[in-house]
Parts: sequence; structure tokens; C-alpha cells
Amino acid sequence: MFGLHMSRLDKLSYMQAEYKVKGDEEMAEFILEMRNITKLFPGVRALDNVNFKVRKGEVHALVGENGAGKSTLMNVLSGIYPHGTYAGDIIFDGQECIFSNIKDSEKMGIVIIHQELALEPYLSIGENIFLRNERSKYGFINWNTTHIQATELLKKVRLKEDPHTLISEIGVGKQQLVEIAKALSKDVKLLILDEPTAALNEDDSENLLKLILELKAEGISSIIISHKLNEVLKVADTITVLRDGATIETIQKDEDLTEDRIIKGMVGRQLVDRFPKRTPKIGNINFEIKNWNVYDPAIEGKKVIKNVNLNVKKGEIVGIAGLMGSGRTELAMSVFGKSYGKNISGEIVKDGKKIELHNIKQAINNGLAYVTEDRKSAGLILIQDIKNNISLSGIQKLKKNMLVDENQEIRVAEDFRKKMNIKSPSILQKTGNLSGGNQQKVVLSKWIYTEPDVLILDEPTRGIDVGAKYEIYTIINRLVDEGKSVIIISSELPEILGMSDRVYVMNEGRIVGELDKSQASQESIMKCIMQSNREVV
Amino acid sequence: METIINIFRKNLRQYAMLIALVVIMAFFQIATKGVLLLPMNVSNLILQNSYVLILAVGMTLCILTGGNIDLSVGSVCAFIGGIMGIFVINMKMNVGLAVLLCLLIGGIIGIWQGFWIAYVRIPAFIVTLAGMLIFRGLTITMLKGLTLSPFPESFTNISAGYIPDLFNGFGTKLNILTLFIGVIVSIIYIYLEVKKRAERKKYDFEVTPGYLFIIQLILVVAAIGVFTYWLAVYKGIPIILALIGILILAYSIFTMKTVPGRYLYAMGGNEKAAKLSGINTNKVLFFSYVNMAVLAALAGITFTARLNAASPQAGVNFELDAIAACFIGGASAYGGIGTVVGGVIGALVMGVLNNGMSILGVGSDMQMTIKGLVLLIAVAFDVLSKSKSK
Repeated sequence: MFGLHMSRLDKLSYMQAEYKVKGDEEMAEFILEMRNITKLFPGVRALDNVNFKVRKGEVHALVGENGAGKSTLMNVLSGIYPHGTYAGDIIFDGQECIFSNIKDSEKMGIVIIHQELALEPYLSIGENIFLRNERSKYGFINWNTTHIQATELLKKVRLKEDPHTLISEIGVGKQQLVEIAKALSKDVKLLILDEPTAALNEDDSENLLKLILELKAEGISSIIISHKLNEVLKVADTITVLRDGATIETIQKDEDLTEDRIIKGMVGRQLVDRFPKRTPKIGNINFEIKNWNVYDPAIEGKKVIKNVNLNVKKGEIVGIAGLMGSGRTELAMSVFGKSYGKNISGEIVKDGKKIELHNIKQAINNGLAYVTEDRKSAGLILIQDIKNNISLSGIQKLKKNMLVDENQEIRVAEDFRKKMNIKSPSILQKTGNLSGGNQQKVVLSKWIYTEPDVLILDEPTRGIDVGAKYEIYTIINRLVDEGKSVIIISSELPEILGMSDRVYVMNEGRIVGELDKSQASQESIMKCIMQSNREVV
Repeated sequence: METIINIFRKNLRQYAMLIALVVIMAFFQIATKGVLLLPMNVSNLILQNSYVLILAVGMTLCILTGGNIDLSVGSVCAFIGGIMGIFVINMKMNVGLAVLLCLLIGGIIGIWQGFWIAYVRIPAFIVTLAGMLIFRGLTITMLKGLTLSPFPESFTNISAGYIPDLFNGFGTKLNILTLFIGVIVSIIYIYLEVKKRAERKKYDFEVTPGYLFIIQLILVVAAIGVFTYWLAVYKGIPIILALIGILILAYSIFTMKTVPGRYLYAMGGNEKAAKLSGINTNKVLFFSYVNMAVLAALAGITFTARLNAASPQAGVNFELDAIAACFIGGASAYGGIGTVVGGVIGALVMGVLNNGMSILGVGSDMQMTIKGLVLLIAVAFDVLSKSKSK
């Protein structure tokens, strides 16, 4: 009975929609119109009269720096911020939308896939696809239907996995595809993807973008939020730029559109150079790793790092390029006080002297610093304030009569806040409330306070907007100008090329190339990797 | 006025349980027609709850490391009590030596459990659940299921004695030493606060406005004054109170002001980040459990002294009281948030509830129910006020 009632209601609203579409020819062109959206948070105008329109069957990119209001806008659209908590109108498919939660927006065919995937790791792919939308009869799940439909959906997203496989057993790239399959199961009309490729390697990213274009051919519109402008240029038909909670411009893509043109809109000025200028003053070799071998801590007998030799000089920035899984992070962490791996062998030489680093404390005391690739889960204590995070690694320096000298600690933190331009009202702000760029500045402050000679920066600008990236690069340059050595691990080749004086290329746990600044290019780095692959086979 | 409201709002969560404690005390004071705060009863209340206070201090440290709890403390209390009985009653050992040996045995128990928890990384919940069974079993075996009693007075004095009055009351019925200690504590408190404020001013840090500062000083000094006067009217300061006072002070300083204290909070906040910042988190975890077991031994000693008997059934549910006290006092079940003083306030809330309801003649069944509800409401308040402030 209830089901019948529902379907009649659906039909009614459908007819209504049709009627409205016929009534207004111009509107048919747009599947979504968000008009004059204003959203206030205590003390902040997160969205200020934002207008945002998506055409039927297009891929629309939403770009802007962190804090520009992209996520807020999408949360308004998907009903996470319910109707009434913002001002303005949302017209979807010709109907005015009054959503009070996500379920309402999903019913209309709007599905949002967040950056942090919302899958249950210990449920199967099939169970996840139909989560909260189970194929059931009389309250019992029909596993046959679940299996058959899941298989179909997986075929659609071109994922070759058994629907019974657990989510925890597949990689992030495949999980992303499961999310899309899940969206498809809900009869999605507008798919919203928030930073879909942030955690993916190049192959998986490529795959995903291709899929988005295929869905477009089937008439599914999508909005993608991304920092990766090269990908935006690849797939988007239209690009809307947000800045400080306002719509700056909507650009139609054509042949001449460049990344710099989009960046100009995002930061409000032409960034002449994405990497600050620096005249390198390179000194003697400061730090050296010799014949470094590391085994996987979990898998018996698997060698992760194979006979690696590398060095870095005073005042030099060395980049380590490589694909995901090439062993860069594992190398860095195994060097940093054996914080990864087992049966580690090899030599570490600093200032011409052989040193042993058995734990992180020894590494710190010997002037090493490692800035992790994952600042949220391994770099910061999010429930603690800026001050405590900055002082954490160098806290021994604040000891006075057995106690922590809190006044001195406040002065140190204030000093870093100014020097590093950490944007926050006070050093007592919890780091969990800061933007990605500011969080990274806090992590860097923590390590600079330990007065290291060699800094290993693992993905130092991941998930950070263009403006903050420039600031981080400036800080890195300042560090090497002071005579420190910096090793940058990055998956973004332009960053490696723009910052490094010398580049090591890693693949499958080995160093497969060493290139000078003059020799290093995207092509030469990829060539090193390809060549080494051939050798292995 | 606005600043007062602001300061109040900012510290609402911090002071909420203190306010709740005062409200609960006021309620029972009225309901028991003034019996609750009679000098004799105040003294009793402290003696009755000394074991929970000691355990809550140690439990706070364990919970700080990441929401880890110690379920074995009740059994360890009984185990140590049993050993105490065998040492002092059966073997006629010197009391001081027996106490020292018992604390040492507590330390060994802590090393045993800490090893499994910190270095083998078996969840604390499971290791201490095992400990709960192991030490209860050993206690019953050791005492052959019987109760050992009585202890010599030199031992029971730990929990029943008072610090003797050096001044003989100057002819009054008051315990002058107690008042004297009250005055000294007040002076030290004022000195430290004034010094802290002056230092903060020197560095141009924000300080509370002058009149509020003075009100704060007056309130705290008045509280110390009333409390010590009340003790002085009866028999003075119980020895156990002095012991607990020193423990609370020492552990507060340890957790808030020292480097290892910072490590505790850092580990509970994000163990991975703490580790990569150079903190030996295994050592921190190990220490917390060794410390907990030593404090459990101390609680066992004081409890046995108060009971004047070593019973195989002593200490049942002590662990639950201590854990509840910490959570009522605002500790986070995920670690990284909580204070020693919070745990103490939580323990006092439960103690006053126990004592007040006993005076009113409420049965122990209803007492348990009400304590359970208070725990739930206190934590719910904490969770809700946190999600609101986000």
C-alpha cells in the first residue's frame, strides 16, 4: 500500500516538472540553477550571492582556492545544509528544491561523492553499492538481485571485481569506481565529485576521467571540484571560478584556455611564476644514504627499497620523483629513525661522519626532519592548538626546572605564526579548524623549531590551494638559503621540476635516474621510469 | 559584565562538573537537613572515598593515552590487601616495610600488564580484563577464601588517623595546625597566582581583568578557609587527605606542566603524529600502566586499613567507580582530553551521591541506578556541548 502511494506521488511531481519545463523553454537548457545563494556562518559570509548554472549533459568544473566556498556550495545543493539555513533558490530539473537532508536531494537524482569516501570497509562491494538502498522484499535482502544488479553496475563503471569482494581489499582507485556505481544505482542525474583524483595515481585518475566523459555521453551531468587544473582542462566543458565565497566568472572551455588563465581568476592576480625565484648557493655534501635496503614489515622476504644511494648538499633542494608505490615514502621513513620497514641495512653519512639512527629521537637529535605526506592523520594533533603542535618535537628545548616554560612556548609559537604567516586569530586555535595550507605551515613550524639540517618533505603541498603553495615554496627556499638541505618527494612533476636543483627518479624501490636541473623534464623523468620497467621485465 | 559572561561561557565545560558538584552538595545538604556537611560527615566522606580518588588519578593518565582503561584495579586492590594481611598479621612484619613491599609488588604487576599492553600491543581492555580475573583468583587462593583481621593500629591509622595537633588547640576545641595549614596553602596559592599574572602581563599576554582576579582569589581562599575550619572543628586533617592532596597536586603538575605530561596528551590526541614527532609512545603507555598499578596498590593499602581486614571480596567494582569518575570529570573516551582535577571532581560527585543517598536511606540498588544515570547524563552533556561548539 505504502509503495503504491509513493509511486503516485513521484509521478505527480514528475508531471509537474514536465509542465514547468514546457512552460519555460530557456530553463530546459540548464539542469541546475542556483540563484543568489548566500550562506552565513557565525562571523563568516561563506557564500555571497553565488550564481551557478549547470547545463544538461555537461561536465562543469568548480574551481577556487581552499575556503573559496566550493564545498559549502555543494553542501547547500545536496541538502547537508537544509533549506532555510541559506538564502537563495535552487532550481533542479525545472523544479524548485526544498531539501531538508541528503535523502531529499538523492531522490531528485543529485548524488555527491565526497573526497573522503563513504564506504564501509568490511562490507562487500555489492553491499556497499546498495547501502541504505537495499534490494529487499518484506524486509529481507534479496541477495540474488543484489548480486546481479551490482555486477551490471560494475560493468558499467568498468571495474573488474567480484561484488562479494570486501571494500578493504581493493585500492582507492577502485573504491572511487564503487562510489560511482553506487551513485548510478540511485538513478543519478547530476553527479558531484569532490576532488575525485586527489588520492589516485595517474592511471586511476585517467580511468576515472574517462568514465566521467562516458557518463556524460549517456546524459549524466557532473560537477567536479578539483585542484588539478590539467584534469579540469581535460574533461570540463564549462568552468566556474569561486573566490572568497563569490562567483568570479564562468568560462566556456575552448582551445586557448590555459591553466594560468584559470589561476588568474582563482587568486585574483596573474601568478607570473608559480615557483618563487631562487639563486642556489650549493655547498658540500651534507647528507648521504649508501646501499640502503629495506624489507616490507608485513610481507616476509619482500624487499621494498633496493640498494638506494643518494646524497644532498648544503643549500640544495633535491627532488625525488616517481609513481605512487615506487617506494619514496618508505625510503624517507626508513631513513628517519627506522619508522618504516624491517631488516634495514645500509649507511647514513652526515657531515662526513657515519651515523646510526635507530629511532626517531636519534634522527631528530642528528638534525633530521621528516614532514609526512598525510598531515591530518600523521602530522598534527588536530584536537590540540597551534602552540602545542609547534612545540611538540622540540619541547625538550623549553624545559626549565623540570617543567615546560609556557611563557617561552607562547613566544615561540607567536613568532612562528608571524614568520610563517599562519592565518588564525590566535595560537590557541585548534589545528583541526585550520585550512590545509595553514595546517601545513604549522607542521613545517614544528620541524623548523627542531633546527634541522636536512628536511625531507613528503608531498609538501598536497591538497593545498595555489596561493598557499607559493607561500610554502617561499618557506622552502628560505630554508635552503640558510644552508639547510631539503629533499622533496612529490607526485606533482611540475612541483619537482620547478623547485629542485637535482632530481632522483625512483621506481620499484630503486633509484633509476639522477638528473640535473638542466636535464630534468617531464619526458626525461618518464623515460627513466619506462626504461627501468623494461629492464626489470 | 559582558566579560564575566564571556569568561563563564568559555570555561563552561571546564567548570560544569564543579558547578554540578556544588549543586548536588547543596541538594543533599537541604535534603539531609544539614547532616551532609556536618564536620564529622565531611571527614567521613573523604575517608570513604579515598580509594576512588587515588584510582581516578591513575585512571586519568591511562585514559589520556587513548581512552585506555584499566579493569584490573579492583582485583589488584584486593590482592595487595591480601598480601598486606599476610605480611602484617601472619608474618608480623613491620608496617612501613610491608607498605613499601606492597607498592613494589604493585609496580611489578604494572610492569607485567604494561608489557603486554605497550610492547605486545594487546588491547588494554583485554589485558586488564585478564588481570581482573588473575588477581582476584590469586587473592582468593592466597587468603584461602577467608578474611584476615584485625590489623595493628599503626596500620589502620593510615586511613583512620588524623594529623596530630602540634599546638594542642590553645585551649580551644579547634585543631590549630589544620587552620595553620589552611592559611599557608592560601598564601602559596595567592603568591603563585599573582606571580603568574605578573609574568603574563610582562609578556603582554591576555589576563583576566583585575576585579575578576581579586574575586577569584577571594572565592578560592574562602573555600580553603571554610574547608579547613570545618576539618579543624572535628579532628583535624585526616592523614589520608594529606596524602591525596599531595597526589593530586603532584599529578596535576606532572600532566599539565612537564614534558612527559605533554607526551601523554599528544599520544592520546594522535598516536601516529606523536610517534613521528619523536615520542616513544610505547614507553608512555607502559609508564601509564605501571603507574596505575602502583596507585592501585596504594588504594588497596588505604582501603584495607580503613576496613581493618583483608578480604577476598574487597575492591569489587572499584575499577568501574574510577572509570566513571574520570568520564564524569570530562575525560574523552578517545584520549587526549581530560585532567586529574576533573577525575577528582568526578570521584567527589559520585562520593557525595553515595554518601547523601545513604544518609537519606536510599537502598544500594537505587544508588547504583542513579549513579549510572549521572554518568550517562554527564557524558551526554559533554558530547552535546562539544558538538555545539563545532
